[in-house]
Amino acid sequence: MEHVAEHHPDHESPHTSQHVPEQRITLRIDGTDHELTVDTRTTLLDALRERAGNTSPKKGCDHGQCGSCTVLLDGRRHLTCLALAVAYDGAEIVTAAGLAGPADEGDLHPVQQAFITHDGFQCGYCTPGQVCSAVGMLEEAGRGAPSHVTADLEADVDLTDEEIRERMSGNLCRCGAYAGILGAIRESAGR
Amino acid sequence: MRPLTYAAPATAAEAVSAVRGDPQARFLGGGTNLVDHLKLGVSTPGRLVDISRLPLDTVEQTEAGVRIGTNVRNSDLAAHPLLRSGWPGISRALLAGASGQIRNQATTGGNLLQRTRCVYFQDVTTPCNKREPGSGCSALEGYGRYNAVLGASEACVATHPSDLAVALTALDAVVVVLGSDGERRVPMADLHTLPGHHPEIETTLSHGELITAVELPATPLARRSTYVKTRDRASYAFALVSVAAALTLDDDGAVADIALAWGGVAHKPWRAARAEAALRGRRPDESAIAAAVEEELREAAFGPDTEYKRPLLRGATTEALSRLLGGLDGKPGGTSEQEGAR
Ligand SMILES: Cc1cc2nc3c(=O)[nH]c(=O)nc-3n(C[C@H](O)[C@H](O)[C@H](O)COP(=O)(O)OP(=O)(O)OC[C@H]3O[C@@H](n4cnc5c(N)ncnc54)[C@H](O)[C@@H]3O)c2cc1C
Ligand code: SF4
Ligand code: FES
Ligand code: FES
Repeated sequence: MEHVAEHHPDHESPHTSQHVPEQRITLRIDGTDHELTVDTRTTLLDALRERAGNTSPKKGCDHGQCGSCTVLLDGRRHLTCLALAVAYDGAEIVTAAGLAGPADEGDLHPVQQAFITHDGFQCGYCTPGQVCSAVGMLEEAGRGAPSHVTADLEADVDLTDEEIRERMSGNLCRCGAYAGILGAIRESAGR
Repeated sequence: MRPLTYAAPATAAEAVSAVRGDPQARFLGGGTNLVDHLKLGVSTPGRLVDISRLPLDTVEQTEAGVRIGTNVRNSDLAAHPLLRSGWPGISRALLAGASGQIRNQATTGGNLLQRTRCVYFQDVTTPCNKREPGSGCSALEGYGRYNAVLGASEACVATHPSDLAVALTALDAVVVVLGSDGERRVPMADLHTLPGHHPEIETTLSHGELITAVELPATPLARRSTYVKTRDRASYAFALVSVAAALTLDDDGAVADIALAWGGVAHKPWRAARAEAALRGRRPDESAIAAAVEEELREAAFGPDTEYKRPLLRGATTEALSRLLGGLDGKPGGTSEQEGAR
């Protein structure tokens, strides 16, 4: 696991004598601007969790293989583990914690509520990523973006179960809560 | 991870000179492959030159076809109306790769230059000629399910992982490259190399050359193209083998024109020119397709771990051509004459 400690950023590197480049960036996270000075190697995920104190996105694999670190970045679903924070200066990030907007604490986004209604989780570790991915996916389908299982690339998108499964394949759930997740997204899609 | 400096130049020319002048520098696209390799220690650059925000992010219709800026994200390219109608095989290949999140991040150029998924290449504790020339090839005796069956060498049996590259190879794409001496055009088929004695060399690009765009010619063939991918699970996995195919028929139902490229078989996307030649002018029925696949595999080298790729290639190639004959993707089903009426 990567460590992003403010004054020991070179924790795991053998090149301890080298100068460690840092850069100043601004991230808008769940509606609040955060100015951070980061080691250039810091991932967006570590910047969010270790520096901005937002532990909503989770570190599952740290290699792009599980989807638990998914957020909405400038409105689109995006991994944060394969992204260097310095490359996203000025980005607007919405995590699962900020999905419901700046409303009262405890308010839920409709997709979050649907996950509860449909038992779309067990341990909950993958859930923030699932929820952000679902919100991004619904927006993509809404603009007519096809998927691997779309029979006619030029027809309107019909979010069948097969379509939802394919479009959500980037989010793994070790607890196997897929049936509930599918139900939650089906309801969110208005089916 | 080695400490590194980061810069995001304002122009492509500045990016080129920044990398060109520093052997330790690398371009950073979407980062989905390079950042992974920084973490794994597979890549240890001292400087990253971020090109992902350069305004090379449009899909433009040209007289000859379409020009795709390198920073067009894989998801946007797949969903672009021009591609969906004119080059459905490209959309299909992109949609068969990675995940929704990764496609939102991955760039066109970065996709073509992603490195092999050979497990030993990614594990710095094992010998690998590609990562460390002269250290040996662990895949020869080790886990070989993804190994190459065509054009491999004693030095390296890795396969190229990109789906997009396979479809671009079938449809005669041209890669536009910016170097310190200006722009040049590289046919897709000449972009990647076979391993030979130097598997550490993977492309014909020199250090500091930047992919700025990919151009695709508009042809009746391209409009009737598709992509079939086989993998260990239904989604979110790299190809075991894949087939990009395009087909037009003459009035008698024989092949007027055909393009075939295979993924998961070689160090580069494999244009199946012998199979194309075997099918041209013939009715593409099952036995003709099987014979054409065998013709392409005449010099293939299978081992116990890769023998399964032979029937899989036959099946996937048959599936791709059947889809086109059935009218899917190239829709509606029919002849080159109908296509001519567009
Ligand atoms: C879990 C997972 C699953 C995946 N599954 C698939 C799959 O099924 N099929 C598939 O095809 N791919 C798959 N991928 C790979 C993915 O498609 C690539 O990582 C991605 O396309 C690379 O694009 P990028 O912009 O992120 O490249 P980067 O990681 O930024 O760069 C890759 C390489 O290209 C160089 N580079 C980038 N842009 C340029 C340029 N314009 N000019 C010159 N050099 C450049 C970089 O220096 C680097 O060496 C998967 C990836 C992950 C993590
Ligand atoms: S096949 Fe190529 S990449 Fe894999 S271990 Fe051998 S030399 Fe390395
Ligand atoms: S932690 Fe990012 S995909 Fe697994
Ligand atoms: S709910 Fe436990 S991993 Fe998905």
